[in-house]
Amino acid sequence: MKYKSQQVAWWFFALSGVLLLLQITYGFIMAFAHLGYDGLHEIIPFNAATATHKNLLVVWILSGFMGAAYFIIPDEAEHELISVPLAKLQFWSLAIVGVVAVIGFHLNWWEGRKFLEIPRPLDYLVVANVLLFLYIIIMTLWKGKKRTTTSLVLTMGLLFAALLYLPGMIWFDNQTMDSFFRWWVVHLWVEGVWELIMGGILAYLLIKLTGVDREVIEKWLYVIVGLTFISGVLGTGHHYYYIGTPKYWLLIGGIFSAMEPLAFLGMALFAVAMYRKGEKRHPNTMALNWTLGTAILSFVGAGLLGVAHTLPAVNLYTHGTFVTAMHGHLAFWGAYGMLVLGMITYAAPLLTGRKLYNAPGASYAFWLSNIGMIGMTTAFAAAGVTQVYLERKVGMDFIDTQQAMQVHFLVLIGAATLFTTGIVMFVVNFFKYGRPTDEALEPA
Amino acid sequence: MLSKNQARAFFLGGTVVFFLIFLGLSWHTLAREVPKQTHEENLTEAVVRGKQIFDKNNCMGCHTILGEGAYYAPELTKAYERKGEAYIKTVLTVKEPWQPRGRKMVAYAMSDQDASDVIAFLKWIGEMDLNGFPPKPDLQSKVPVPAK
Ligand code: HEM
Ligand code: HEM
Ligand SMILES: [Fe+2]
Repeated sequence: MKYKSQQVAWWFFALSGVLLLLQITYGFIMAFAHLGYDGLHEIIPFNAATATHKNLLVVWILSGFMGAAYFIIPDEAEHELISVPLAKLQFWSLAIVGVVAVIGFHLNWWEGRKFLEIPRPLDYLVVANVLLFLYIIIMTLWKGKKRTTTSLVLTMGLLFAALLYLPGMIWFDNQTMDSFFRWWVVHLWVEGVWELIMGGILAYLLIKLTGVDREVIEKWLYVIVGLTFISGVLGTGHHYYYIGTPKYWLLIGGIFSAMEPLAFLGMALFAVAMYRKGEKRHPNTMALNWTLGTAILSFVGAGLLGVAHTLPAVNLYTHGTFVTAMHGHLAFWGAYGMLVLGMITYAAPLLTGRKLYNAPGASYAFWLSNIGMIGMTTAFAAAGVTQVYLERKVGMDFIDTQQAMQVHFLVLIGAATLFTTGIVMFVVNFFKYGRPTDEALEPA
Repeated sequence: MLSKNQARAFFLGGTVVFFLIFLGLSWHTLAREVPKQTHEENLTEAVVRGKQIFDKNNCMGCHTILGEGAYYAPELTKAYERKGEAYIKTVLTVKEPWQPRGRKMVAYAMSDQDASDVIAFLKWIGEMDLNGFPPKPDLQSKVPVPAK
């Protein structure tokens, strides 16, 4: 760590870890409910559990991105953050808004819009919070000595992500229009601007971990994010097949979304190629594992499992089934979950000065969580395919189909237990590093 | 070989061009097509109230509608046609926890008016032109029926 203000990143990483554990808890509540054990229904009905699971996911990932930005931007811009107290204020307001939102979900205070359940009054606080965050980042970049491509792509991603939140705040009477703009947030985030953030963080980690020349890495970064937008923007059409929107989206959405895996393939090839090319070996091999892991699993979860149901003829049957949940899990985990954990793994020793790169549990944390998540994806796939055939193709009744699927939730819970063991080890390991300290500052 | 400047031009140019196309198509969809396909002329005040009640209670947190939501309870796009008005009204107004074959629904105990509004909303949803969704079960006729 070169700049003292980078320490503020630690708080965001800590929040990320805690919220991830809480998110998983609600995952178990839902998995048991699908198995028929829903004893918590009176206090935490399924819709409260699902809103909490999905929103905590978004918040822990965003908190991880913010921590990453607070760590990366001073380093790249060669300038301290313009204000640490403001960054701390931003941290606490983020944590408080998050907690209030989650409590609200349990008291029927929400909006029934998947992933955007946070009620409108809190949305304004979210916007204020993100504006403060962007102000700190952009001003630091402005005052800094350098504006590298990596830092610009990262900042552009964060800025666009904030702008795209706004269409999700407009009121509509027509359900179709409501849904239309919900996808401007959900789809254009994960298959658009978040890929910029991912590309920026990935490029930073590869520069640090492999020692490959910055110019080479940043050139490919432009190509990858170019592919992202060329395919991903019109690719939004894959959500406009069957919601009351015109038929031309079947053609446009089908063609462009089928090209979306190219950007993820680009990231995977890029990471592996840079790893091979790199001459310097950074001692933090676990961070390298996570970095290569995210590049590869994002291609599998988002790219391959995304394309598996993106053609209109397939999506007609899989739309809104567990096939979607299968893809949602591995895509979020592979692309954004692992990325955040990779960033934390890289930063924790530097922030705390505890240069223990291969803590006993670190390797288990990596393998258990990944094997567990692949198992969960398989269980969701089995449930999803069963559901598609019995309910959509044969026309069996909803509840009969659900009962036929139940065994797959048993497998889901088994795999989720492996996954959770890995995550607990990861979070415990993170906290064992202790708090950031000035002793970790590199002499200038 | 591609230079860094060319790579940057590819990124910026591609983004701008495709984003503009997307905005144009979105405008066409929302201004010209959605009102027709969703029969906006039938979007009465009752339907709007129904949508708000649907939103306020996060029905999408268990059900899907237009194929979006959670997968704990049945798809509601064609619920009006499938179950009929009387059945849905009972489900929404009943004060006891509702447990059709084990899967629990929240007992909303809605007023008669609220329940009617939600039904109006579901009826309106069910009449949309959804390009063929939900699909007809295409393998049903191929399932052999054993002779008694
Ligand atoms: C990291 C990137 C991605 C993430 C995190 C992600 C996540 C998700 C999630 C959570 C959903 C469910 C959304 C909802 O119902 O509200 C979804 C739906 C979908 N995704 Fe992705 N996705 C990613 C990339 C992709 C890609 C690259 C493709 C195509 C090649 C794709 C194809 C689809 C399709 C077709 C649906 C709609 C499923 C349905 O009709 O129910 N996704 N995705
Ligand atoms: C112990 C671990 C977990 C379990 C048991 C679990 C279980 C579940 C269940 C049962 C659902 C609801 C499906 C429904 O609507 O009926 C769900 C939804 C979802 N979960 Fe998880 N989950 C876990 C961890 C995660 C993680 C780590 C992520 C992200 C990295 C994640 C992302 C999602 C997403 C995006 C959805 C919405 C999917 C959709 O509606 O298509 N979950 N999860
Ligand atoms: Fe999408």
